[in-house]
Amino acid sequence: MSAVVLGTSGRTAWTAVCHVADLVPERGAAALVGGEQVAVVRLVDGTVLAVQNLDPFSGAHVLSRGIVGSRGDAPTLASPMYKQVFDLRTGECLDPVGREPVAGGATLRTWPVRVEGGLVLVGTPLAAARADA
Amino acid sequence: MDEPTDALDGVTQPKHHGTSGETSAAYRRDGQQPDAAEQLPGSQGGPVDQHLVVVGGGMVAHRLVEALRDRDADGAWRVTVLAEEPRAPYDRVALTSYFSGRNAEDLSLGQPELWEDPRVRLVRDTTVTAIDRAARTVTARRNDTDHVTSYGYDALVLATGSSAAVPPVEGTDLPGVFVYRTVDDVAALRGWVEERAARWKRPVRGAVVGGGLLGLEAAGALQALGAQSTVIQFGPRLMPLQVDEGGGEALRRLINATGVAVRLNTSTTALRPGRDGAVRRMDFANGGRLDVDVVVLATGVRPRDELARAAGLPVGQRGGVVVDEACRTEDPAVWAVGEVACIDGSCIGLVAPGYAMAEVVVDRLLGGAAVFPGADTATKLKLAGVDVASFGDAFAATPGALELVHADPVAGIYTKIVLSDDASTLLGGVLVGDASAYASLRPMLGRRLEGDPGAYILPEGAGSAGRPQTALPDDAAVCSCNNVTAGTVRAAVTEHGCTDLGAVKACTRAGTSCGSCLPLVKKLVTTELEKSGVTVSTALCEHFDLSRAQLFDAVRVSGLRTFSEILARHGRQDLPAAARGCDICKPVVGSILGSLGAGHVLDGENATLQDTNDHVMANLQKDGSYSVVPRMPGGEVTPEGLIVVGEVARDFGLYTKITGGQRIDMFGARLEQLPAIWRRLVDAGFESGHAYGKSLRTVKSCVGSTWCRFGVQDSVALAVELELRYRGLRSPHKIKLGVSGCARECAEARAKDVGVIATDKGWNVYVGGNGGFTPRHAQLLAEDLDTETLVRTIDRFLMYYVRTADRLQRTAPWIEDVEGGLDGVRAVVMDDSLGIAADLDAAMAAHVENYTDEWRATLDDPEKLARFASFVNAPTTPDPSLAYVPERGQVRPATAAERAQHSAARADGPGGVSEPRAGAVLVAGTTLEVRR
Ligand SMILES: Cc1cc2nc3c(=O)[nH]c(=O)nc-3n(C[C@H](O)[C@H](O)[C@H](O)COP(=O)(O)OP(=O)(O)OC[C@H]3O[C@@H](n4cnc5c(N)ncnc54)[C@H](O)[C@@H]3O)c2cc1C
Ligand code: SF4
Ligand code: FES
Repeated sequence: MSAVVLGTSGRTAWTAVCHVADLVPERGAAALVGGEQVAVVRLVDGTVLAVQNLDPFSGAHVLSRGIVGSRGDAPTLASPMYKQVFDLRTGECLDPVGREPVAGGATLRTWPVRVEGGLVLVGTPLAAARADA
Repeated sequence: MDEPTDALDGVTQPKHHGTSGETSAAYRRDGQQPDAAEQLPGSQGGPVDQHLVVVGGGMVAHRLVEALRDRDADGAWRVTVLAEEPRAPYDRVALTSYFSGRNAEDLSLGQPELWEDPRVRLVRDTTVTAIDRAARTVTARRNDTDHVTSYGYDALVLATGSSAAVPPVEGTDLPGVFVYRTVDDVAALRGWVEERAARWKRPVRGAVVGGGLLGLEAAGALQALGAQSTVIQFGPRLMPLQVDEGGGEALRRLINATGVAVRLNTSTTALRPGRDGAVRRMDFANGGRLDVDVVVLATGVRPRDELARAAGLPVGQRGGVVVDEACRTEDPAVWAVGEVACIDGSCIGLVAPGYAMAEVVVDRLLGGAAVFPGADTATKLKLAGVDVASFGDAFAATPGALELVHADPVAGIYTKIVLSDDASTLLGGVLVGDASAYASLRPMLGRRLEGDPGAYILPEGAGSAGRPQTALPDDAAVCSCNNVTAGTVRAAVTEHGCTDLGAVKACTRAGTSCGSCLPLVKKLVTTELEKSGVTVSTALCEHFDLSRAQLFDAVRVSGLRTFSEILARHGRQDLPAAARGCDICKPVVGSILGSLGAGHVLDGENATLQDTNDHVMANLQKDGSYSVVPRMPGGEVTPEGLIVVGEVARDFGLYTKITGGQRIDMFGARLEQLPAIWRRLVDAGFESGHAYGKSLRTVKSCVGSTWCRFGVQDSVALAVELELRYRGLRSPHKIKLGVSGCARECAEARAKDVGVIATDKGWNVYVGGNGGFTPRHAQLLAEDLDTETLVRTIDRFLMYYVRTADRLQRTAPWIEDVEGGLDGVRAVVMDDSLGIAADLDAAMAAHVENYTDEWRATLDDPEKLARFASFVNAPTTPDPSLAYVPERGQVRPATAAERAQHSAARADGPGGVSEPRAGAVLVAGTTLEVRR
């Protein structure tokens, strides 16, 4: 399914990236949203979360391929490259494994996600949304 | 011929003082090398920049230099070591392993950097010929050039060791007669045996004169070289200096059982040449004869005290440079250490007392007041399959001493401990056939034994109570090779923050020489860790309290097959509702399920357990692309196969490289390209190489007997068989095997987890070789196996490892962790000591039966193929961030700088696809420049 700007609500543009059934629970997927690579993760309880696909510690776009799990209450995503662990809700790096980021800060950018009518919608602030995505 | 002095034990039994804390306190090393430039002039030991000359570059000289460089923080001393042998000091104690290790580097001692230290100078191949004590100089001659140099000294240490004694018997100078002391000796011996074997196409007949520790070791070595071997012993029993009469008989039977013949009460009168002038026959005083092709003399050692004699220094009655308790000779500037030193009236033919002397001299040179603490003469025979140890007053010579003996002639066991007259204090012991109590008894020497002393000499596990758990006092020496006390080991944990055996070994050196103390060191470390609450938590992660091995068993027994069930049943009870495992426990469970044959790696919920490598069956590279490795069993590949690999690499623009595991790795494949790449490979008959998995990687092989002039077995056929058997086996860490077609070992099999080396009679199998961060050579597990037994042995070894190792624990540390170490593994694998062999066999049979190629299965399943989409909303769009530059005719990922430069160039140029600016590089995706 290609990205479609489905509509705007308030100041956010919502892009449908896939059907929720396309996402295997706890197995991330990469999506292109407004020219950016986003890692989309569906948890076992049905929640879908989105963070940047760019791994700040390696500079490669690989976070969607990491292992999904938990630390305490936090749902997490571990980078497949050097194993840093991120809180999927906030993007915060919970364990830098003794390394320094090479691309941007250690905290991941997050996107709001809605599931409507079986579709997964990733929200972009309106100013940044591009109709040609 | 006289009763020979045993080569390893010098002249008499030195007396025991236990081990004083005085020198050992100084033994701990912090590993810090002082910076030469910042050193302050000598505050410790006299005038600045004194020159120490050490004569002899043996084991004790090495220890002395090492200790001096460690402790001489102010740089008061420069050291010159004048060494007669052409190589840096090596591990003479391990000399016999030269036959299995094949190269002299394996014997190197300590860190090679020691010899690059600017304050240390090692002059090899140079013999000191005279000492001028008045002028404080020594004269030295280069052995290759005869060039003579004189060296001035402020202090001189004689560390010249001993030479092998040659008995006064006719014919000892014949070709084919060898001594056993240096690398050159054993190399010559091996060359001779191999040459004779090749010439006569029959087993070489060997004999060893002398039935002491060294003689038995040499006899084992002859056998390992494929020669027959007979030990000729003058006296009525073997190892007469260590073993009493009862033990001697048990020992003779054990030796016989290894295939070595023994002639006791036999005195050799002459060695006679054959027609070719080489040794051919031995004549004995009792009229007997023995036909031989090679003879090893192991009748004792002579201290090399000739320099001291010529310089007028006193020597002992039976040789050796006389020194006081500070290891100083009559001349205050001259010291003697190691085997050449005559201390307390005798020379000691063991390395541990030599090391202690080296530490004493270093302490003195730096202004200390250390004294020689007395010799620990405990010994353990290093001969595979023959467990013999002796320590302390083995002959109960102490007045009133009591002996407690357990003899089981059927099992070939004789164990004895010697106690003080009140049956409370341990004075010594002899252990033949089962020396498992050695490590825990030896440090108790001279101390009160708690509990029933009899329990120590019964076989382990006998009786209900088992062996008493002894609480070792802090000053008890645990490792005598390196003089490390129980207290030092404990402090490594409590004060230096070591958290495992490896760290403690590195910090204290305990267990780094002969290794016989390791079980005890390990026990101390574990106890200490547990006490300090650092808990040797074997818990996997915050979700599981179990260790990997425990979890493996739990899952095997419970039969659960999904992560959620396993987490609910075997996970911690107090987990929050949202707990879902993590990147630690999920792959472990994935691996366990894989080992238990629970279906395809991508099936159902378990698809989420694996990291991306296992998930997409390729190896993630630094830029987010993958590498692809098809299996080439045994490193064998047809020309057609090579062409297919070449075409695939060319068509997809992949960078190709030959791996260390004898196959071809193709780099730069994008996620969405993997199925197409594998379609082509699978159609051409290739299958997954599992380069991505914690699983069997490759079985490396040499070309073997089918092509090689020297090969004695078909190593390639065996390697192919093994690789096809174990392919896909999931394990705690990657595993690699190797097979060599003869002892030349071209496949470097001993660097592998399992190494197989062909012999005339079958295969020798070595285990626990690891490359990587802490390289290890594999150790011999079993010899001369036929192929069927070999395969069964490897089956069990691998399965046992798969089941019981920790997460990411490689085979070498795992073997160390197994109760009883290598011997323990051998007992389980060869003798089924745990009664699990049938189970292991069945598990491996199931693995072999259920193997399917993961890639073929994936290509056949559209649902699984969906997972190779680059983007869920643009499945075939390449990751736009990938960029490559050409290099040496292939591509490599662009560096950050190159990317930056490129975007700048692009911004400038017309239409985006511009000629980069001068000096800029072409940046392109892997397939842009090539045909698709
Ligand atoms: C096969 C074998 C197995 C052994 N097993 C054990 C064991 O299990 N346990 C144990 O404790 N001990 C064992 N030993 C004994 C142990 O190796 C010695 O006790 C130890 O090596 C003594 O060290 P050293 O430095 O005093 O002498 P060495 O290691 O013999 O070194 C002396 C060096 O000095 C050189 N040298 C002599 N004269 C001169 C000169 N004039 N100029 C220059 N260089 C000179 C010699 O060439 C030699 O390299 C074994 C020995 C052998 C041969
Ligand atoms: S190990 Fe032996 S058989 Fe194999 S290639 Fe080398 S020499 Fe030949
Ligand atoms: S006793 Fe030999 S290494 Fe410890």
